[in-house]
Amino acid sequence: MYRETEIIRPVPKIPASENGSREADDLVINIGPQHPSTHGVLHLVVTLNGETIKKIEPHLGYIHRSIEKMCESLTYRQFIYTTSRMDYLSAHINNLCCAMCVEKGMQIEVPERAQVIRVLMSELTRIASHLLWWGALAMDVGAITPFFHAFREREVINDIMEETCGARLTMNYMVPGGVMFDLHPNFQKHVHEFIDLFKSKIDEYDELVTNNVIFQARTKNIGMLSYEDAISYGCTGAAARGSGVSCDIRKIYPYSIYNKLEFDECIEYACDSFARYMVRMRELRQSLSIVEQLIENIPQGDFQAKTKAVLKLPKGEFYSRVETARGEFGVYIVSEGGTTPYRIKFRSPGFSNLSALDHMARGQKIGDLVAMMGSLDLVIPDIDR
Amino acid sequence: MTNEELKSELLQIQPVITVDETGEWLNVNIESKDWPSFAKQLHDKENLFFNYLFCLTCVDWKTHLTMVYHLSSLRFHHNIVVKSKLERNNAEIETVCNLWKTAEFHEREVYEMFGVNFINHPDLRLLILPDGWEGKNPLRKDYEDSINMIKL
Repeated sequence: MYRETEIIRPVPKIPASENGSREADDLVINIGPQHPSTHGVLHLVVTLNGETIKKIEPHLGYIHRSIEKMCESLTYRQFIYTTSRMDYLSAHINNLCCAMCVEKGMQIEVPERAQVIRVLMSELTRIASHLLWWGALAMDVGAITPFFHAFREREVINDIMEETCGARLTMNYMVPGGVMFDLHPNFQKHVHEFIDLFKSKIDEYDELVTNNVIFQARTKNIGMLSYEDAISYGCTGAAARGSGVSCDIRKIYPYSIYNKLEFDECIEYACDSFARYMVRMRELRQSLSIVEQLIENIPQGDFQAKTKAVLKLPKGEFYSRVETARGEFGVYIVSEGGTTPYRIKFRSPGFSNLSALDHMARGQKIGDLVAMMGSLDLVIPDIDR
Repeated sequence: MTNEELKSELLQIQPVITVDETGEWLNVNIESKDWPSFAKQLHDKENLFFNYLFCLTCVDWKTHLTMVYHLSSLRFHHNIVVKSKLERNNAEIETVCNLWKTAEFHEREVYEMFGVNFINHPDLRLLILPDGWEGKNPLRKDYEDSINMIKL
């Protein structure tokens, strides 16, 4: 294991027989934990031969908070909030997964209005998350302007969230049985305004980045991940769908009201970074279409089912899975019948997606590494948990 | 395949398993020594085709540990849960890295958090925890840390 202090150093001459494939000319460098392109505190130890990547070893844990252990002493109402701190860009969707798992265990029926609000919020979150990713990816490969464009539109969604949920990032809006508060009276109006605004902007994004020759040159045929490898590495979300894997949980195991909605699963077959980029760009349009379908007719009624003050899950094991902006997120609860879970496991999409990075990057150039990482859309607290 | 069909199919290929159908998915209990061959069949058999390991974890039951593998088939969209009991003092089980590459990271996490030794794992060392943490397994129930422990 390499220490963080050894920022850059040539590897001492080691006979090949003692140390596998490493040769005397190889250079080991640390990328991160504080590096802008890692989008957080990710530490990659990269073995290079010249400019060619021979091996990548991720060193995790800089933002590990042991959420799983913490959850063992939190009640079923409290533990949901810790998941907002994991993948903070998909906070609503993570919360939804936990709420659904508790509902599954207690057999709570969620009112129609709550279901619609949940899906609306999830899709708005997905748009906001993809916007941040889009801006950050463009910045990673050297374009500064898109970041400001993306943040301008993301700001509108954050304002909508703030109005209804009271927070802009860790919303904690989903509770077992529904949502915490009713929608703000201005919600529909503001979402309509956002839809009108975003429709014109999304074409602008394509003009600015997607059709840009330099951007395409930086991402096409970079970071190849084959169909079989994508599945074997447990990749989900755009990382897998860019390799032709049909893995959208909203389609294959529909939850909430997704089976009543019309949307396409976006799959690309080129297996490279650009394919993963295109999946997310298409998902932006699909999410917008879902929001459009729902915003006109939010049913009246309760926004929360009546639940007991103290929630107790029956003895047993419960698993629920959702599609976050990054891929499949799963919650596995082992209950002993008490008010707190006996064991919780969060299956986070970033953890599995990251494990494919080494495979993807081998033999590629170091300069392309940021484009590969950007196309995986890693959120570090989601990986470390 | 439905849970019923899966059950009869699995009992055919490995008669020593016990099956629990109370949950949403079929739960299969297997001895750790039979797991490698069973895993290979689950992965390779044409009509099962469990190509996607979506969750790998461990549960500490105070008297023993249980490895939990959630498997799914992206072709047939059926899921099973495989469980294997391990001794608490001498926890070891064969790795499944060779079948599902995602297991490499997940097993490293279980190794450091629960102290399970994965036989034939290519690179079994700490992943999330800092250097020198070996021997203390934070997600075991008897783990005590007087300074950083959060008890609510």
